[in-house]
Amino acid sequence: MKSLFLALLSAVLLTTAAPAMAGTVQEVLQDQRALIEKSSRRTVGPAIDALVMSDLPQMQAVLEAWQAKEMWQRKEDGWFFAASKNADGTYVLHRFEDGTKVGDYAKGALKQLKPNSGVRAMIATALVQYQLSDPDINKRTGALDSIARDPEAALLAPLRASIPGETDPGVLSRKTRLERLMSMAYDTDIAVRVTAINDMSGDLGVDFRATLNPILTTKTTILAVGQTTDATTDANVARVLLPGSETLSTQAAYALLVAADLAPAELTQDARDAALEANIEAGRVGGFPVAQLGTQAKRDAAYDALVAADLAAPRITAEDIAASLASYQFREIYQEPSQAVTDVAAAALAKSEGRVAVNQAVDLGLDALSLASIYFLAAIGLAITFGVMGVINMAHGEFIMMGAYTGYVVQMFIANHTLSILVAVPLAFAVTFAAGVALERLVIRWLAHRPLETLLATFGVSIALQQLAKNIFGTQARPLTAPAWLDGTWVINDVVAISSIRIAIFILALLFLGLFLFIMKRTRLGLETRAVTQTPRMAASMGINPDRVNMLTFGLGSGIAGIAGVAIGLFAKVTSEMGGDYIVQSFMTVVVGGVGNIWGTLAGAMMIGGFQKGVEWLNPSNTLAAQTYMIVFIIIFIQFRPRGIIALKGRAAGD
Amino acid sequence: MNRSFIARNPSVLIFLSILALFTLLVTLLSEGFGAGLVSTSMVKTLGKTLCLCLIAVAMDLIWGYTGILSLGHFAFFGLGGYMIGMWLMFERTRQIVVTSLSEGVLPPTPEDIQAAIGNQIFGVVGSSEFPLIWMFADSLVLQLAFVVLVPGALAFVFGWLAFRSRVTGVYLSILTQAMTLGLSLYLFQNASGLRGNNGLSGLQNLPGVTAPQSVVSLWFFWASALALALGYLLVAWVVSGKFGSVIRGIRDNEARVRFLGYSVESYKLAVFTLTACISGIAGALYYPQAGIINPAEVAPIASIYLAVWVAIGGRGRLYGAVIGTALVSLVSSWFTGGQAPDVNLGFYTIKWVDWWLVLLGLSFVLVTLYAPRGIGGLFDLVARKNPGEGP
Repeated sequence: MKSLFLALLSAVLLTTAAPAMAGTVQEVLQDQRALIEKSSRRTVGPAIDALVMSDLPQMQAVLEAWQAKEMWQRKEDGWFFAASKNADGTYVLHRFEDGTKVGDYAKGALKQLKPNSGVRAMIATALVQYQLSDPDINKRTGALDSIARDPEAALLAPLRASIPGETDPGVLSRKTRLERLMSMAYDTDIAVRVTAINDMSGDLGVDFRATLNPILTTKTTILAVGQTTDATTDANVARVLLPGSETLSTQAAYALLVAADLAPAELTQDARDAALEANIEAGRVGGFPVAQLGTQAKRDAAYDALVAADLAAPRITAEDIAASLASYQFREIYQEPSQAVTDVAAAALAKSEGRVAVNQAVDLGLDALSLASIYFLAAIGLAITFGVMGVINMAHGEFIMMGAYTGYVVQMFIANHTLSILVAVPLAFAVTFAAGVALERLVIRWLAHRPLETLLATFGVSIALQQLAKNIFGTQARPLTAPAWLDGTWVINDVVAISSIRIAIFILALLFLGLFLFIMKRTRLGLETRAVTQTPRMAASMGINPDRVNMLTFGLGSGIAGIAGVAIGLFAKVTSEMGGDYIVQSFMTVVVGGVGNIWGTLAGAMMIGGFQKGVEWLNPSNTLAAQTYMIVFIIIFIQFRPRGIIALKGRAAGD
Repeated sequence: MNRSFIARNPSVLIFLSILALFTLLVTLLSEGFGAGLVSTSMVKTLGKTLCLCLIAVAMDLIWGYTGILSLGHFAFFGLGGYMIGMWLMFERTRQIVVTSLSEGVLPPTPEDIQAAIGNQIFGVVGSSEFPLIWMFADSLVLQLAFVVLVPGALAFVFGWLAFRSRVTGVYLSILTQAMTLGLSLYLFQNASGLRGNNGLSGLQNLPGVTAPQSVVSLWFFWASALALALGYLLVAWVVSGKFGSVIRGIRDNEARVRFLGYSVESYKLAVFTLTACISGIAGALYYPQAGIINPAEVAPIASIYLAVWVAIGGRGRLYGAVIGTALVSLVSSWFTGGQAPDVNLGFYTIKWVDWWLVLLGLSFVLVTLYAPRGIGGLFDLVARKNPGEGP
């Protein structure tokens, strides 16, 4: 296997370079002795090339030893050996040729070669050629990583040579892809490059676009009008720029001329002020008292006076600029000389970007869906207590927090993350269910039909709970670690990817939706809840106990908030203030969706999540702006559909 | 009218007398003009508390009398502070910049001065350009007008939209909360032109004033007391007449008032806008005493605390709002300032810094449940009669 590779490698090397001198490893090393001893990044290149060109099978070991600072020199004759330290402080030397032991030497008789980091990097590049076919798969992928990070034309040939001998299908596909990419940029045959680009046209990979971009970089050059013999006239012109157009403003064009020493610089304010300061005589400049020069107009006038007195250089006028610009042509020229290559590269890049845009839209859609499911999770408990019972529970966010802290506490006792989550979810439900029932019995029941008072009382509970959590758990964020199987990311292609935890939250949201619908439509509790919601007195007459129903409904809503807390805690940090982050959005979700209808809550969450992600896409650097616009949007939306997206009939948007 | 209005509301006169006495007392005991028993920082705290009482009076008008629980009035309070803060910061920076630039050989041009001020103020957010909203920052008169106009305009537009589509009850509360959250998030951005989360600072220094802080703090204290007195009078007058009867009617039964032919929406809008203007003035007096304003000040929690103060003091009576605010905010700062002695229970030491909020939250629940008339209700017990203002 290895000999096959070496044969191939040597075949390639022999075709690309003059045949190497024959000789032993030591002879080659001694030829380059001066360069190796005093190695520096600037000078060592030829020495490394010579070692590689020598085509000796042991050279990989030499380079590796050199790179690892394990190559030593014997002082008496300057020969190079691989050395390792003995227990008694002496060093044992081995020949590079066959690995035979030369003998033990004291440290004083030897000199260690210490290449600096720049030289080591160059050795690493040279080693890549050997490593590409190394039997160790990790070395092969490491070599590919290094090439991908820092591609060089010289590495194309060894890469190609290593492909036929590759056995691992994963590494093979990476090698093939890298070979295609490097062919685009470095192959000497233009037809090969064009074919390579066309083959991959429309590819979504970041590496593909990163390869095309340098091919398409341009620089702006200046050409005197009427000049035809210049070397740049037959350059690969991307486009001709007209000064004063959108692509090249007059100022920018003139600045280019100034930078190329083709025109005098315009008078800047600083230069003008410096000239004024240099010409102050007896408190006056150009006839103006210095104290009067507090405006631009006066300073200009003073400078003009200086010009008239021949004390300063005249200004460059707009006519001068126009005249200068008229005698030059500005062109954008590709660094890449071949027009055939740049044409196909531009087309391929445009096609790629089109496909990337479509995929980004898909990715954005997934993001929006995931955000919507988080909002839905946070709001669904509220949809029950607020939507069904008409009770505003400002402590809902704190129930979410309670659930998250329950998960954290469980994790402290159960080390296995999977098991701890499985325990935490029902426990969080139980804890917040109990808290909800307690809140309903102790506070909310006594404030029935006084929604504003309920709001304020539950707010009191909210600040008390928040501070209590702070007292118990401290102010710093507590981690709630997801089990390993939720840690990954589902990568669809280079643009579209979604983390497993978000998928899990999406599934959880769907489960809750199903659970809620089941309870409301198919169980006795749901039936009683709906009856109490519609007409409490009539329901009571039919033998339903409204107090009990209200208590259980409130407990159910709070319990779901607790489970949502565990889910939210998995991707956001658990803090005592985390409830506050979700409470306003949750209310928004319920109100926008339409009170008393679970589908409305779903629609509200989708709309708010979608809108927020949409704004973030338009202005990616600024998530704060997205939230601001979302709130403005909601306020306006409420104007047009005061009862939400899905409105119940016969119910006002108030009370 | 005015005479009979005062005559019908003896509590107004009593309140104003107490406020005047209190102002005089603080002045006589202050470091600036008196015995020095009340420290300058205490004067500032008291002055700030008076401003909070003023916004509480406004809150009482909108909530206690009109029945609209606004959870967003601190947005107007903060906007008022930002408006005056812009002038304070601009003018003070301008004076510093002019002094330092005039050391140059040539006298500075207006453009130089403007650029240097921009650099000073907006350097922290990586900009030196003046945003459009600072256009009038050099004019004290205009910025003072904005203190009233900007919160008023925001309240008018928001209220017009909300009341027109008949958003009422808790929905309106949540919407107002969203408004203040939106404003706070907007101000947190560097691009808002108000220095992002840095806010405006150095507001305690009045440009062109060399008097020491002990004196300046008293000026603001007097101004706050005057503003509270005038605001109290105005609101007391508003709620005493026919207008007051109509808004109380809206609170108690909105539909019936509408059927009687009153334009309920206009009344609500008028009250909402008026209270926003009062809140703006309160904020404009508060923040120069606090010295700094940043977007966290208009976060939803602040407005909820406002509701808490008014509820504890007693809704529907103006002195109740003032008492509740003064009491809770002063006690709050006493407990959270670390001055309250810790209680050692043997097995556990209660640190009030940690436990005060728990206590406040629980006492708030208890007040809502068992004493819906708040502290003001105690006066009824003493007087054995209902002044006809209670909820």
